[in-house]
Amino acid sequence: MEIYVCIGSSCHLKGSYNIIAALKRLVAENHLEDQVSLNASFCLGHCQDGVTMKINEELVTGVNVDNIEQIFREKVMKELDIK
Amino acid sequence: MEATERSFDTNVQLMKYKVLKSVVEHFDRDEMVDIYHDAPLEIIPGPKPIARCCIYKERAIVGEQLKMAMGGEKGNANVIQVIKIACDECTVDRYHVGKACRGCLAHRCEHACPTNAISVVDGRARIDQEKCIECGRCAAACPYSAIMQYTRPCENACKIGAISMDKDNACEIDNEKCISCGACAYQCPFGAIVDRSFILDVLQLMKDSEHNQKYRVYAVVAPSISSQFTYAKIGQVVAGLKKLGFHDVVEAALGADMVAYDEAAELAEKGFLTSSCCPAFVSYIQKSFPNLVDKVSHNPSPMEAVARFIKRIDPQAKCVFIGPCTAKKMEFQKPEVVGIDLVLTFEELQALFDARKVCPEEQPDDVLDNASYYGRIFARSGGLSDAVAQALKEQGSDFDLKAVACDGIEQCKVALLKAGKGVLPENFIEGMACVGGCIGGAACISHAPKDKNEVNKYGREAKEKTISDAISVTRI
Repeated sequence: MEIYVCIGSSCHLKGSYNIIAALKRLVAENHLEDQVSLNASFCLGHCQDGVTMKINEELVTGVNVDNIEQIFREKVMKELDIK
Repeated sequence: MEATERSFDTNVQLMKYKVLKSVVEHFDRDEMVDIYHDAPLEIIPGPKPIARCCIYKERAIVGEQLKMAMGGEKGNANVIQVIKIACDECTVDRYHVGKACRGCLAHRCEHACPTNAISVVDGRARIDQEKCIECGRCAAACPYSAIMQYTRPCENACKIGAISMDKDNACEIDNEKCISCGACAYQCPFGAIVDRSFILDVLQLMKDSEHNQKYRVYAVVAPSISSQFTYAKIGQVVAGLKKLGFHDVVEAALGADMVAYDEAAELAEKGFLTSSCCPAFVSYIQKSFPNLVDKVSHNPSPMEAVARFIKRIDPQAKCVFIGPCTAKKMEFQKPEVVGIDLVLTFEELQALFDARKVCPEEQPDDVLDNASYYGRIFARSGGLSDAVAQALKEQGSDFDLKAVACDGIEQCKVALLKAGKGVLPENFIEGMACVGGCIGGAACISHAPKDKNEVNKYGREAKEKTISDAISVTRI
């Protein structure tokens, strides 16, 4: 699974580096290093919608440190069929 | 705000800007075949000439400027080229007697002259230029300081001696020595020395991207942008760049953070290093101090470092550097430079904005934030040394940094001469060919004393406060 987190200026200022740190932690905690490839991306075209990430081909906007765990459970864990 | 006479330091820049703007307009209207006929008439409407003998010569010069704006002379590898017909062939005589000469009794000048070149005629000293060997003893001897030394502006601007006169007394550049810093181009009062432009290549690159669908075109902007386009906010300039068609705008200063971090480690390992950020400085070492080449940091320049990073995460990307520098136009053509595809200057960007009627100050306020304070202050002299010191601290290194920040190529020369002889007390040479650092770059729209403060202020606004935090994103 490919995850791209936008590190463009707008997302950076809205905290995308913290999202990357959180995702790194979540990937490690769940031992998903072999299954999840975490990447940076420049502008994903949703500068007005909060931090944007792309999980496989699906765009997820409005990501923040409070909802990232839930997003990770629903969009990553479920997709990989991990409970 | 469309650029006017007041926007630039000189009207030479204004003229260059008009030519570049016309090139963009003709490209956009798909009327390039007419440009050599139309543009000279548009720019020199007449009936009176601006600064030369007649409008026909001025139009002929515009023709030459158009050629430079569209890629320059084929077969001349240098990006700094001379328009011979624009060269005023200013006087080559080095010493002149000025109005302050009183035709005094003492005649110290006459007595000081070793070649009997001076005589006093009609109450005034006269120099026989055939006999004068330009030793300057007469000027030193005159109690009125009435004898003036005169150097051609281009020769005076070139502190490394790459400019001489050809047989017709027109300016000639020695490409074996020239480091393409652009100082002569900025100083020539007649605009006879020009940095050739890649603006047409940029326009074609963007057009062929089909609105970033086939590949994405990124603008990599130099941190010295903080001292330019000051009639608008940086965020508005970013919005303007996106309106021109760039997919995203990224700070070259992030590359500076990456370079500072790696350069600090390299320095600690090797014990002595020169910086590698300024392409004119690196070229100077390669051409004039070949025995010091192995002391140059092996890091790419910040421009190249960040472009490689962009291409790592977007392999189809095309990267255009936008900055104050003419030497970058040489650097990007080197085979080892694989990140940056093309280079534009701030002067050229202003022309592009105005040709497309994109007024930065009318754009919404976008944001630009990829680098730390330390990456951003690379734009001014001393900033690179500060950043390396900070990087050593962040790495917990106990290396005892003694940096010499060389402000301008003359200071670089002094430090390199000492380093070559092994008598330089410092262990790190920060080399910046332009006085002031990049904010003094030849292709800045304006050069003002407050520019350094603008850079520092912009640096402090960065979200990331340390180099490590800024570059963390490059090490996922």
